[in-house]
Amino acid sequence: MAGLSSRSGAQPLPLVIAPGILVLAAVTALVLAVPFLASEYWVNAIIVPFLILALAGLGLNLLTGFAGQLSLGSGAFMMVGAYATYALQLRVPGLPLPVALLLAGLLAGAAGLLFGLPARRIKGFYLIVSTLAAQFFFEWLFLKVPWFYNGNPSATIALPHGLSVFGLSAENPHGRYWLTLGTVALLTLLSANLVRGQTGRTWTAVRDMDAAAAVVGVQTRSAKLQAFFVSSFVLGIAGALWAFCYLGSASVQSFGLARSYQILFIIILGGLGTIRGAFLGAAFVSLLPLILDWLFQHLLSGHVDEGLRQNIQKAIFGLLIIGFLIKEPEGLARLLACLFAGPSGGRPRRRNLRDLNQETKP
Amino acid sequence: MSDTILELTDVTLAFKGLTAINGLSFSVRRGEICALIGPNGAGKSSLLNILNGVYRPQSGTIVFEGERFHRMEPLKAARRGIGRSFQNNALFSGMSVLDNVIVGLSRRARASLVEEALRLPRARAQEAAFRERARAVLRLLDLESRAGTAVGTLPYGIQKKVELARALVAEPSLLLLDEPLAGMNAREKDEIAALIERLNRELALTIVLIEHDLGIVLRLAHHVVVLDYGRKLADGPPDSIRNDPDVIAAYIGAGPAALAA
Repeated sequence: MAGLSSRSGAQPLPLVIAPGILVLAAVTALVLAVPFLASEYWVNAIIVPFLILALAGLGLNLLTGFAGQLSLGSGAFMMVGAYATYALQLRVPGLPLPVALLLAGLLAGAAGLLFGLPARRIKGFYLIVSTLAAQFFFEWLFLKVPWFYNGNPSATIALPHGLSVFGLSAENPHGRYWLTLGTVALLTLLSANLVRGQTGRTWTAVRDMDAAAAVVGVQTRSAKLQAFFVSSFVLGIAGALWAFCYLGSASVQSFGLARSYQILFIIILGGLGTIRGAFLGAAFVSLLPLILDWLFQHLLSGHVDEGLRQNIQKAIFGLLIIGFLIKEPEGLARLLACLFAGPSGGRPRRRNLRDLNQETKP
Repeated sequence: MSDTILELTDVTLAFKGLTAINGLSFSVRRGEICALIGPNGAGKSSLLNILNGVYRPQSGTIVFEGERFHRMEPLKAARRGIGRSFQNNALFSGMSVLDNVIVGLSRRARASLVEEALRLPRARAQEAAFRERARAVLRLLDLESRAGTAVGTLPYGIQKKVELARALVAEPSLLLLDEPLAGMNAREKDEIAALIERLNRELALTIVLIEHDLGIVLRLAHHVVVLDYGRKLADGPPDSIRNDPDVIAAYIGAGPAALAA
């Protein structure tokens, strides 16, 4: 019996690791080559927003996918990050950008902590209401108080001198790309460290069964608040990048409820509770409009009204989300794992009756 | 150190008029295996839930390790060294066996969020130490080969062992086991019973368990408390329980033969 079980236990590991390293190498090569291969349009309009949406998706995935706390406040926490970066860059002369981004992230984290407080007692749909409150509160606050947009008549925020760090300037597309890429890569690495360590384990324990987690000694309430803080920290920095590396000038509408939904759809499609899920989901959301455009142009010779195209796109999203929630809650991340490693890939094969019988033999 | 690890006095628990536990008092001596037996609905699981704070009794006091509690809380119980397994496994289904067990070490976690995110030395040392301790417990339960397996894919009996491992890894001073032998075949039952006996003997671990297999209970336990309709029917060593007419009456469905086994 010992021989049997040790074989079945050790088997899946090498299969999972080998493609992982290959994928990592391929992604690194691709990422470094992007500015030389892709056109300015692709970098500005597709790749940079994709990276930022992936970062935002990662932020929400830490809270929803790993710690199991539903939130519709992603837009709000991105907004806090963006407006905080603006205020810091405008009002604290000489403050280096990395410090401003870090402080903005911490402020967004604090906002997340505040609106996450009810999570100590409530969950699921009731918690959504609390995060919606964050969404409406910050939309109101940043519109109502002119100090936040420096009294600008259009109530928008824009950095006149742009963002710059280590000689990379957000004035030019390559600078924007490297700045975004560096931030996204760093935060992804830190998040991966967290979810692979004890923090991630306690989050997942709270998600899977918070009553049992408390019984085995997990401080469930502080684990939830921790998840709110870290998630909002990442979302805040994503919001700052969205405003100043992608849009250039932003307003509260840039971070409305539609943004919160978009981030949630990204992680549902990409895969809840995985790091790569946020990237896959963001890639899907970024590429679908392009694919639809291409299809319409080739199949219908471009005779499709822009409004209709957007509605069709929404309908496709809706169908896919329903489909994924029913058939594959682990999203594209799981589908890809199956594709690479066969139908049983990624997850250990389910045991059948024969295995059970063999195990019970003395 | 006192000889009594746990003492309940006049504990009553009611759910909206239905009294689950009614004025119950009993004590558990340090280092003993105490079995709670009684028909379904007698209040055995409710009692365990009171002991580690999942339920709050309306009245009565609990003294654990000399400390008096009017109400226990799950986290407080865990941090004071009360370990627990559930009747229907309460594992974290999305995690591997090893990760499930490591969660049991949560109360010993010291590395901060920043240390974990940056993988600073303390976080790395903690991770290595946790893995080592969890693996040691998995070895003890002959589960080492399952360490990487997703816990949801394992058969019920193995899951029960994983739950036991998760409780043991925290090195509890009192272990509460809710039907640790349920759903197992005779060979597995013997294996787990022997393990419980070994944990009790070698680690001097005090164990309170609920079990329906009377043959095993009367062989394993040093002390048996019989519950019926939330009241204590009998309390004493297995030999006195075996011959108690009240107990035989309560177990009439099982028949005297089951008790004699």
